[in-house]
Amino acid sequence: MKAFTEFLHWVETTPLALFVSQSTYGFSAIDMFHIASVSVVFGMIAILDLRLTGMAFSDFSVADLTRQVLPWTWAAFAVAAITGGLMFSGQAVKYSVNFAFLAKIALMALAGLNVLVFHFITYRSIAKWDQGVPVPWAAKFAGALSLVIWIAVAAYGRFTAYYMFP
Amino acid sequence: MMAELSQWFGSLPISLAMRRITWLVPMLQTLHILSIGFVLSSIIMIDLRIWGVSRSGTAIARGERFMPWMWTALAVATLTGIALMFGAPRSWRDGAFVAKLYLMVGATAATAATAALPIMLRRNQCGGKDAGVPAQLVGIAALALWLGATLAGRGRWIAGALGG
Repeated sequence: MKAFTEFLHWVETTPLALFVSQSTYGFSAIDMFHIASVSVVFGMIAILDLRLTGMAFSDFSVADLTRQVLPWTWAAFAVAAITGGLMFSGQAVKYSVNFAFLAKIALMALAGLNVLVFHFITYRSIAKWDQGVPVPWAAKFAGALSLVIWIAVAAYGRFTAYYMFP
Repeated sequence: MMAELSQWFGSLPISLAMRRITWLVPMLQTLHILSIGFVLSSIIMIDLRIWGVSRSGTAIARGERFMPWMWTALAVATLTGIALMFGAPRSWRDGAFVAKLYLMVGATAATAATAALPIMLRRNQCGGKDAGVPAQLVGIAALALWLGATLAGRGRWIAGALGG
């Protein structure tokens, strides 16, 4: 744990981290792109989640919807991860003890696990439930879990800032 | 003028009451961000069909499918946005906020036009790839304007950086 804290201290001294923490508008500019990309990640994933749970877009093919949604989701996620990483680097030690931030990271790990299970197990039988038939409960569960997790991730993201800069 | 308006907003009883409930503002901001995500994603889904990236269904059907989500999400974003003007009134002070309001008006008009143009141009061939160049261009403009409005919404630093 001590070695990890030392590592986080070192992260804060890297040139990019110093730019984030020292420049007057660097943090705010990065934050602007973080919020915008996070909103796109949520919106695109939510469309797929709503289809999986059966709450909406039932007339769309799941495979077709996935092909449309995922490139935008991943592109937006890349921007969110890079900008998020930059903001973290500026005050790495403080974030590492911020409860809301830790909850957010843990929930994102759970979301990642959910995607892996869905992609490598549930999605293999997609041909049977792609369109016109009810999706299996495992896919419904994955969609509902994803929806709940991403709403919570967004909320904890907002509360992270509130605990950091009250 | 904006600064005085902001101060007046901040001194209202409702503003003081909202700030006393510590979780209310971040909760409203979360709802605001999530509903904006739905607005952006709805226009992306309409654009994907109009650009021909997706060929399923017709452009008109795609518009009809996602516009109700767009309007509902826009209503939620507007209501939470208005509530946040009371809960976190500092945003009235800078030009980025005013720019955001103008961008929103343009983006809303462009989005409505993106969904309406295929109908007006009678582009409803089932599985047809061409929704028409005007709709494609307006669709790009709509997405660009929404992204601009989203960024400006978080861009209160810009006014400071420019010395405003």
